[in-house]
Amino acid sequence: MVDVIATQGLMKRYGRVTAVAGVDLRIPAGIRFGLLGPNGSGKTTLVRMLLGLVHATAGEVELLGEPMPRRAAHVLPRVGALVEGPAAWGNLSGRTNLRLIDAAGPRGRGRRQRVDEALERVGLGGIDGRPVRAYSLGMRQRLGIAAALLREPELLLLDEPTNGLDPRGIGEIRTLLTALNDAGTTVVLSSHLLGEVDALCHRVGVMDAGRLVLEEDLAALRAPTGRVLLRTPDPAAVVAELDGRVVDRSGDRLVVRHDDPAALNARLVAAGIPVAELVPERRSLEQVVLELTGHGADRVDAPRAEARP
Amino acid sequence: MTLVELELLLRRRRVWLCWALLCALPALVAVLLAVTGLAPPPGRGGAFLSAVVSNGQLFPAAALALVLPVFLPITVAIVAGDAVAGEASAGTLRYLLVRPVGRLRLLLAKLVSVTVFVLLAVLFVTVTGYLVGVALFGFGADAELGGAGGVTSLSGAVLSPAELLARTALVVGYLALCMLALGAVGLFFSTLTDSPLAAALGVLALVVASAALQPLDAAGAIEPYLPTAHWLAWIDLYRDPILWAAVREGAAVQAGYVLVAFGAAWANFATKDVTS
Repeated sequence: MVDVIATQGLMKRYGRVTAVAGVDLRIPAGIRFGLLGPNGSGKTTLVRMLLGLVHATAGEVELLGEPMPRRAAHVLPRVGALVEGPAAWGNLSGRTNLRLIDAAGPRGRGRRQRVDEALERVGLGGIDGRPVRAYSLGMRQRLGIAAALLREPELLLLDEPTNGLDPRGIGEIRTLLTALNDAGTTVVLSSHLLGEVDALCHRVGVMDAGRLVLEEDLAALRAPTGRVLLRTPDPAAVVAELDGRVVDRSGDRLVVRHDDPAALNARLVAAGIPVAELVPERRSLEQVVLELTGHGADRVDAPRAEARP
Repeated sequence: MTLVELELLLRRRRVWLCWALLCALPALVAVLLAVTGLAPPPGRGGAFLSAVVSNGQLFPAAALALVLPVFLPITVAIVAGDAVAGEASAGTLRYLLVRPVGRLRLLLAKLVSVTVFVLLAVLFVTVTGYLVGVALFGFGADAELGGAGGVTSLSGAVLSPAELLARTALVVGYLALCMLALGAVGLFFSTLTDSPLAAALGVLALVVASAALQPLDAAGAIEPYLPTAHWLAWIDLYRDPILWAAVREGAAVQAGYVLVAFGAAWANFATKDVTS
């Protein structure tokens, strides 16, 4: 499969701070990719480098098979982006904003229709002439997504697309992104809402301190861990029956090392042990991410007392 | 992009407010002069002010002389300082660049929009000045000397209305160029910072510094290259015959400012990391 995004040794230094340190990222066409990581882990800088807003200190970026930022004029019309929150001219209406941002780009026919369609898609079809200044956070977010959708992009790069939306709005945007993806658009979103990524993405990349520490299919991450979570009114009987396989016990809850939950269930029932609940253990995305990443850059601890001179 | 930029300029309330205030000051002065009849004696007060009472057609020149030293530069600083920094602080800059709009194209569009702003500013002041002047002071007694509507030039000869119009057009062009030089510097400052206010204040600092150095004998060597040095050369355009020397030198220096400042803006912006 073709890669829509391919970076090689991508690095960005701001003075002495290294924001992105040697990222090799490959995102195949047609998938929904989630970029995760704590605040300050370099997600946004990475996205900005992909779009040519920030120039890499070292390394290569290929977007839709073309080198960036050299071929930006050629590539970017095929990319829709939401970078670090939406932005608009506050004194103008949402519709005028879209018309102007569309007119600023390369020439294209049917602007009015395109703008109407984009507004319709994000649920702002009936928007009036109010200036964007008066919009709620959720409306601005929808407008930002509409702007990214204007030219039916092959690739959508969305940074925190559901920021400021209520649960229903989040659901709508998720449905929209899924529909777009089904129609062939590659969707890349960065977020620190793990639930969002969990519900939407096929594949995730996790960044920490400027490095890409994981790039994996979500299905593989969530594969059963080979342990089974068990709840029973008679835990002692289980421990006796499955000697050595019980890894953890607290109250009526047990963790059992076993590859086949069905066989385990059959065995317990055969032994006359009542089972209230039995489920194969899967790692949650949250566990994976928390294991891999340190504190975000927004937490600054004081140095410990003994470290002081 | 240029059309988009012009639409953005014309839809900004601040821009219209600037133009309105620029026109309001000379209009206020005209009303005060007309009501009190207390024109400053010749040689004192603003240029042309003593003459306007006798002929309203000179009022555009007086109006320009009124707004030129402070008011006009302030509005230019505000608008030019906002050019790139305003988009950066609003966040729209990144969305324009990923649309994509080439960086050079964006800067050129901004320069065009600043040009339109200064040209219209000078033009509006001139037109308002003419309308207010003629309405309040009439065509003047000098009319008898050189036929209907004639105006005495600074050198004493009489200018016909057509000549006056041509010279006023030259003055508008010249002052617009002077202000554009300032605007180009503002555009450069605007690429250096994400704060429109800082860029605008930078421009004003330049104007103040230049005005402070100008009368200094010790600064004589650089005096001709100060941005404000040639601002008053337009008065020569109302002499008969026109004294071209100062105007020509002024135009060259101001055009130089536009080129250098725009070049600097481009050099800085072309490779700048847009992190706003």
